[in-house]
Amino acid sequence: MTTTVAKPSRVTWVRRNLFRTPLDGILTIVFGSLGLYVIFRGVLFVASGFVNGRWQIIDDNLKLLMVGLWPVQNLIRIGVSVAVLALWAGVIGGVIAGRQKRRGTSSIEGLTAMQRASDLTRRFGLVTATLLLLLSLTDTAGPWIMVLSAFVAGVIGRVIGGWIGVRFLPIWVSRLFTVVMVAVPIGVFLYLTSPWLPDPLPAARSSEPSAWPLAEWEGFMFNLTSAAAGIVLSFPIGLLLALGRRSKLRLLQGISIVYIEFVRGAPLYVLLLMANVSLEFFVPEALAPSRVVRAIVTFTLFTAAYIAEIVRGGLQSVPVGQEEAGKALGLTPTKQMRLIVLPQALRNVIPAQIGQFISLFKDTTLAGLALGILDLLAGATAITQQPDFRGQGLIIEALVFVGFLFWVGSFTMSRESQRLEKKLGVGTR
Amino acid sequence: MAASPSPPKLTSSMTTPTPEQRVPFWRNVSFLKWLFQLVVFAIVAAVAIWLYNNFRNNTAESGIPTNFNFLTNPASFDIPGADFAPTERFQNAFVIGVLNTIRVSIVGIILATILGILIGIGRLSKNWVVRKISTVYVEIIRNLPLLVIMTFTFLGVVLQLLPRIENSWTPLDLLVISNRGIGVPWYQDTSGLALFLVLLVGLIGWWLIARWRHRVSDRTGQPSHGGLIGGAFFLLVLVVGWLLLGASFTTPVVDGRQIAGGIRVDPSFFAVLIALVIYTASHIAEIVRGSIQAVPAGQGEAASALALSGFQRLWNVVLPQAMRIAIPPLGNQYLNLIKNSSLGAGFAYFELTNVTQVTVGNGSPAVPAFFLALVFYIALSLITSAFVNLANRRFKLVER
Repeated sequence: MTTTVAKPSRVTWVRRNLFRTPLDGILTIVFGSLGLYVIFRGVLFVASGFVNGRWQIIDDNLKLLMVGLWPVQNLIRIGVSVAVLALWAGVIGGVIAGRQKRRGTSSIEGLTAMQRASDLTRRFGLVTATLLLLLSLTDTAGPWIMVLSAFVAGVIGRVIGGWIGVRFLPIWVSRLFTVVMVAVPIGVFLYLTSPWLPDPLPAARSSEPSAWPLAEWEGFMFNLTSAAAGIVLSFPIGLLLALGRRSKLRLLQGISIVYIEFVRGAPLYVLLLMANVSLEFFVPEALAPSRVVRAIVTFTLFTAAYIAEIVRGGLQSVPVGQEEAGKALGLTPTKQMRLIVLPQALRNVIPAQIGQFISLFKDTTLAGLALGILDLLAGATAITQQPDFRGQGLIIEALVFVGFLFWVGSFTMSRESQRLEKKLGVGTR
Repeated sequence: MAASPSPPKLTSSMTTPTPEQRVPFWRNVSFLKWLFQLVVFAIVAAVAIWLYNNFRNNTAESGIPTNFNFLTNPASFDIPGADFAPTERFQNAFVIGVLNTIRVSIVGIILATILGILIGIGRLSKNWVVRKISTVYVEIIRNLPLLVIMTFTFLGVVLQLLPRIENSWTPLDLLVISNRGIGVPWYQDTSGLALFLVLLVGLIGWWLIARWRHRVSDRTGQPSHGGLIGGAFFLLVLVVGWLLLGASFTTPVVDGRQIAGGIRVDPSFFAVLIALVIYTASHIAEIVRGSIQAVPAGQGEAASALALSGFQRLWNVVLPQAMRIAIPPLGNQYLNLIKNSSLGAGFAYFELTNVTQVTVGNGSPAVPAFFLALVFYIALSLITSAFVNLANRRFKLVER
């Protein structure tokens, strides 16, 4: 008798996986034909759309869907900003990778170039393909130049960051580096919205309460950036709320609990509606500017409650012995928290944070409905009413396009979050 | 010096302090803690007062009322699909809105749970086709915004794919499917109360029979068949109740531009419900899958060793233990579904948010109206999570 297990033949595989029992066979046939039918209809839908020119609606409105009514002469600002941000992200990624290399914890150590390439393709191939699809729909060279320069800037940033990351820097240099890294996004924001540069953004539409900042911030750009802004801005608030809820000081605990539970009990859509119609009653007009700002403020305050609960879970996951060890070293409570508990807690909650980001990214579509911002979804429903496309039932094509973009973004991020979860060993340590 | 002076104790519980040992108040930790709390509280209170003052001043300036008197004004709008006259008061509209929110939430929770459990089990099926289809469903739906799905079910499916009322589909002459609504056969409606009573009697009977059969089964070791016998009793009660109520039913027919007879499912309700179910089911499926995987594999193997069938293993051994793990995250999904039902406002479904929006649009003050809506939502959330906690306590494993 041989001890090696023979690889099951195809027939065995089919019998085991498709026709184990009669019921199994029926399920296979029913769901298999259903699945094939859906795939057939899907392919037919996409292909016949090309034949009948039904995708023309996306082609014609691509700029509107991506950046809304942003003035054409100012598109250069978006291009420059994207390139700068790519450089910035490249530097950050490079620094992280360089540090891992220095400490010997790098996950790409020992991989061949081929393996790295296939790894990157598996992770970001979908996004790249989507980007190429979008680029192939454009008529002008601008987007191509933007993406290429962003790519080049990202690679340069990655190299610079890698160079910085492997080195021990004097403390003042690394502090300066941190300041520069924080300043870059703020600078980009000011540059994007600045009314003082040549070709200022035109005054907002008449319905807008105030022009600056962010009056014309629409399209997919709005969905992406407002979710990012919401998650970044809500983090400090959420952290404070989590610490407050865990604190032994009753008053702080009470305030935190009331805030967290009230916000978590309220639907985001209702809060956005309130921000739309009743914010100006509560704050002076200068503080309640454009609808985009209102949306971002609402996202921030809303997400903070959820972040607080996530961070609280992270704090609970740190063993008490860690804090006690800090105490034994004679650290003050603040230092115990800052140097010992928080780093471990925050590391543990990174995947959950990404999950929250995905959920906020999807929820940014609510702002389109509640506040009348022309985001990707609102834009897609609006373009089906254009004279050229009205009454042809193109809403399905438009929604498929919108859904595809959101899906690619969320799917890639959730895959990355799962990968990170494995890498960090959450729940297994 | 032999011993250095002991550091001053920081708690107030020190024993008979001599005056020079007493800690000055600005270094007393418990005092500092209180001071810190008071400062934070003062800041929060100051912000709240500032907001409230702004609100008072702004509303006084523009003469907008800040009380709830608007609730007794005539609504002067219509609610399709409800017995509501425009002359009725706003508060009645609010009640209808709350009831509609509850209606879509309850139906949605039940359907999403069933679909989610099926798909969650499907993801772990040994059948390759079922496994792949479930995985693709979950991975696609979970990563789409709910609003995109709801826009699709409303603008795409209901308003576009469903036929106009003139050429509606009438399969078997039992259903009427059109974009004006979906007609379903229904018993001749005398009053909703009678139906409710019949259902209540049936359900209580089902529960009692299941309990009785369980006891018998525990005593004698015979199979209990509690679900089968109870379900049969439930059906019996329904049939008897229907016979007692006059044994009549109506089928929907197209009458001009309306559906007459039967019961009409509002197209917006249909679209909102389907979107909520499809979306929430994908999340529930992930929870169910995770919970089943969290049940120790030995449990299923033990069931197989006892020669239980595949269904028995799942239904009697694995699922009960999995659902115990799944209750808290399931509760979160139910809360999400209730809150997400507010999106129905964008698709002409008259639930709470929509009623509030229309009320404000008809000249009622925005702040009190939305405040009222928020209070309702938070109350609904609290009630639901109270039920979830109750279920969790009831089914939780009792440990030491």
